[in-house]
Amino acid sequence: MNIRLAIPLVVIAVGIASPSFADARTEAKAQVAFGINVAQRGLWREAIYRWERAVEIDPTYAAAYNDLAIAYEHEGQLDKARRAYEKALELDPNNTQVRQNYELFKEINDRTGSSKEKP
Amino acid sequence: MIGPVQAKRSRRLALAGAIITAMWIAACGADYYEIPIETPIQPKLDVSPFQRVLVAGFVAGGTEDVDANQETVRLLRSQLRTKSSLRVIDADILPLIDIAQDQTRVTSGGRDEPREAATGGPNGDGQGQEHPPGPTLLLPQKIKEEKDLEPYERLFANTAYWKKIGEEYQNPLIVTGTVLFTPHSRSGFVQRDTEVYDSFGRRRVVPVRTYMERKGFILRPKFVFIDGRTGATIYSESYREEILYNAQQNTPALSSYFELMDRLVPNFLSALSSQKIKGTRVLLK
Repeated sequence: MNIRLAIPLVVIAVGIASPSFADARTEAKAQVAFGINVAQRGLWREAIYRWERAVEIDPTYAAAYNDLAIAYEHEGQLDKARRAYEKALELDPNNTQVRQNYELFKEINDRTGSSKEKP
Repeated sequence: MIGPVQAKRSRRLALAGAIITAMWIAACGADYYEIPIETPIQPKLDVSPFQRVLVAGFVAGGTEDVDANQETVRLLRSQLRTKSSLRVIDADILPLIDIAQDQTRVTSGGRDEPREAATGGPNGDGQGQEHPPGPTLLLPQKIKEEKDLEPYERLFANTAYWKKIGEEYQNPLIVTGTVLFTPHSRSGFVQRDTEVYDSFGRRRVVPVRTYMERKGFILRPKFVFIDGRTGATIYSESYREEILYNAQQNTPALSSYFELMDRLVPNFLSALSSQKIKGTRVLLK
């Protein structure tokens, strides 16, 4: 392979793999990705652990809060879910997917009072 | 000679760039994943002190096409049998309108102390019926609208009566309340989706506002949960659901009743037992 072509390839590959490149967001993203992987296999407690780690590492990561909220919701920890959704929306107010998740959550959470007559 | 070499190099660079981009996208994957979840909802009531539940009966009114007392008792009993851990007591449905009428006749019949024989009998411990203070309201025989139900509310506050019922059935959780199922009609503009075809024969769906006469029903149940050990109300909740059809459509009242109750039953059950609500959410990377 031409040396001029090989050099930039090596630089990019090293750059991706290098721990020095991994800032807080990258590390948090890895935790989030792992959490998604295990949540898809039904291991929600492990997913919660991963997403809690992600928001610890990067407290500005809206997607991690969104995922955490979903996991809390699945586990019936509805207060925690609400707080996590609200944090996700605070960080990324224009994210329609987070908003949609939150609306669905609210619909279920308030379900018991949805058609209740107001006194 | 230089030209073809440079072109070859730039093609290689472009190819390498494309490979790296593809690898990067593959590594990143999609940014969102739809995932099914089941949200557990905790019951609103602590039913652990009870092993049994008695759906006693309802003060019901509205249309005469449906016996809302009987239908509500039957429906709730069958739902509780399959969807709660409580044992459902099969007992005769209480004619609560007659019972309330009887109680009122006794109290307004010139005696200060209410008679209990007609409504469940005395306890034998000197404990009389506890009627809420205030003027005695006349109980309408026919319940046509919501205000007709108001005087019947005092029946649910009659702890001695419910305690007596509780004793009869070994202190169960008692479910009672009111059900008003009334016909309803409404006219006005309704937005409906209509198919239209343009000059090229392409189909489009457009919202069209049309004036419509519609008729249907309103269901207003109030579920009252009573502790059979004390006769005291421990929880109550009221709902309102309505359904409307085209004026030309002839839907039987009983079908509408079940359609409306179908919407409310999960709420009713969520008072007594934990429910799992299925849904989907979007996980983000």
